[in-house]
Amino acid sequence: MDPSYYIVLSAALFTIGAVGVLIRRNAIVVFMCIELMLNAANLALITFSRMNGSLDGQIMAFFVMVVAAAEVVIGLAIIMSIFRTRRSASVDDANLLKY
Amino acid sequence: MDNIQYSAAVEYAAASGTLSSIWLLFAIPLASAAVLFLLGRRADKWGHLLGVASVVATFVLGLVYFFQLKGLSGNRSAEVDLFSFMPVGSLKVDFGLLLDPLSAVFVLLITGVGSLIHIYAVGYMAHDPGRRRFFAFFNLFIAAMLLLVLGNNYVMLYFGWEGVGLASYLLISFFFDKPSAATAGKKAFLMNRVGDAGFAIAMFLMFAQLGSVNYDDVFNGVNQLTQGTVLVMGLLLLLGACGKSGQFPLQAWLPDAMEGPTPVSALIHAATMVTAGVYLIARSNAVFSANATLQTVVVSIGALTLLIGCVIGCAKDDIKRVLAYSTVSQIGYMFLGVGLGGAAYALAIIHLLAHGFFKAGMFLGAGSVMHGMQDQVDIRRFGGLWKYMKITWITFGLGYVAIIGLPPLSGFFTKDPIILAAFNRPGWTGWLFGGAALLGAGLTAFYMTRLFVLTFHGPKRWTDGQHPHESPAVMTVPLVLLAVGSVASGFLMSTSVVDWLTPVLGKHAEEHGRLGHWTVTGMTMAVVALGLAAGVLLFRKGTALEEQPAGPVVTAARNNLYADTFNELVFELPGRYLTRALVFLDNRGIDGVVNGLAAMVGGGSGRLRRAQTGYVRSYALSMLGGALLVVAALMAVTLG
Repeated sequence: MDPSYYIVLSAALFTIGAVGVLIRRNAIVVFMCIELMLNAANLALITFSRMNGSLDGQIMAFFVMVVAAAEVVIGLAIIMSIFRTRRSASVDDANLLKY
Repeated sequence: MDNIQYSAAVEYAAASGTLSSIWLLFAIPLASAAVLFLLGRRADKWGHLLGVASVVATFVLGLVYFFQLKGLSGNRSAEVDLFSFMPVGSLKVDFGLLLDPLSAVFVLLITGVGSLIHIYAVGYMAHDPGRRRFFAFFNLFIAAMLLLVLGNNYVMLYFGWEGVGLASYLLISFFFDKPSAATAGKKAFLMNRVGDAGFAIAMFLMFAQLGSVNYDDVFNGVNQLTQGTVLVMGLLLLLGACGKSGQFPLQAWLPDAMEGPTPVSALIHAATMVTAGVYLIARSNAVFSANATLQTVVVSIGALTLLIGCVIGCAKDDIKRVLAYSTVSQIGYMFLGVGLGGAAYALAIIHLLAHGFFKAGMFLGAGSVMHGMQDQVDIRRFGGLWKYMKITWITFGLGYVAIIGLPPLSGFFTKDPIILAAFNRPGWTGWLFGGAALLGAGLTAFYMTRLFVLTFHGPKRWTDGQHPHESPAVMTVPLVLLAVGSVASGFLMSTSVVDWLTPVLGKHAEEHGRLGHWTVTGMTMAVVALGLAAGVLLFRKGTALEEQPAGPVVTAARNNLYADTFNELVFELPGRYLTRALVFLDNRGIDGVVNGLAAMVGGGSGRLRRAQTGYVRSYALSMLGGALLVVAALMAVTLG
């Protein structure tokens, strides 16, 4: 199977994730979109690893997973505490830090 | 006219024996000044005694050195290099001292007359709370003046020159709570700066052209310079001399300097400091003799200034200011002498020495009069004082006879030869300058007679409550000694000092000019008698108590021939407008640019701040945009 399809899939997933981050208001959805982007990147890394015949990309993917796991823990905790204080999970409502 | 003075090279012998300690001369008064300054009020009780003792000790030391110098044979000079003063690149200035016949007579004048005036000041300043401060300044002056005449290079001369300027400033403004005194000090300081700038540039020129500022290097090298360079150098030196000596066009500060205590006027602004300009020119005679135009300029300034001094002296009513203008005019005679060059250099120096005696004596006499008349200085309010202060009357009278040049007092032996030398200058200029000097002699006789008659003779015109009395002995003894000097110095010095100064000022054959010695003496005596008679006839009955309306000449003379007005209009007013324009430029121009920039940055950042919306989405968008840009740039670089 031609590995370039995986690249295309990865790009498509990344785009969906990016668009989701930009246009969705719900913090949980935005968060999931970020995860989507990370996973798209992981997919790309593994594909390149395979194409080049080296394991570097796969190792990188493990690192990304570890970072993503840590990020999920902290991110969800932040979203929880925001929801508790503001009774809303909309990212647009948390806009006090501005000019 | 003989322009070549220095066929032989100038060379100074190194000092040996006790002469190598000539630095003591200025170190003693300097140390005394330092003690008086540092101890402050703790020295109030005995400060004046230390001040007098240090100067008298310096005088004794000066006499010792003088006789040792006299004992030397051949090249009579003693040069000492104490340490390297300014070793900067190829400029090497040593803290070097030189005692030669010229500086030796100045040392004796400064310390001798200085000692007498210090003693006098003990009595004069007895009731002044600042007497210790006064003596500290006075000692500082003596030290600086000795440094001025003892230097072996122009930088040392300049060092002393600025030192006496400082002391003069401090002493003119001694009564600093009096606005007029404070202003007069500032005026003297500023006008001196004009001259000093010229002197400094002359030194730069010496260094640029000759690579040295030592006397011997400059005098030996001056013949290699072009006439133009010599002229510029001489004119700049002359500017410095005019500033210090109160000569045209920088004469306006000297009369105002009379705001200081009278001993200051006597010592600094009559006998010593103001003659430093004459010293400078006589010392630099190799430079001044090397260019005929330069000499003409010096002679013209001397002749012009002596007339200015005489004319204004005739119209002033303040006893000290009349004497001040007479100083201006007598220094004009000295400038005339040093400008004529040749044998007249020595004539100027002996006139300087004689003037040191009689003018200091008269100033101290004026101080004695003021002391007895409750600090009255207006000669219209004196009269008939001879009966009340006999010693002052006689000593002042001897000084007066000396200055107008009646034989056998000193002025006759020192002023007449200058007039003779002026007449014997070749060409029509001889008649011009000789005539000016002759006219000046007549005017001097007139205004000094006016001063003397109005002060000591005629009816009493005192203000109420005056009880004139003779001053204490501590003041009259210096008066008597100075009077003796003004009687005897002329006759004693007229030949011996000329011979003594020959090694420095050059040897000159007796010149036979167009007019004989006796002709000029006769003419001078006639003019002096005329002025004297006019003065006696006009003023023997006293004078009006108030200022009288007068013609344009007298009004001009009363206003110092509008010298102050001229300075204000030509220098001060444009200066004031210039500063005003600069302030405007600073406020509106420079501050405007700076403030405008600040406002622009402030406003710009205020606008830019709006980009921080607080919406995470917009930050994410800008991150995306940024990332896209980076990728695009990378692709452009790698693919393009």
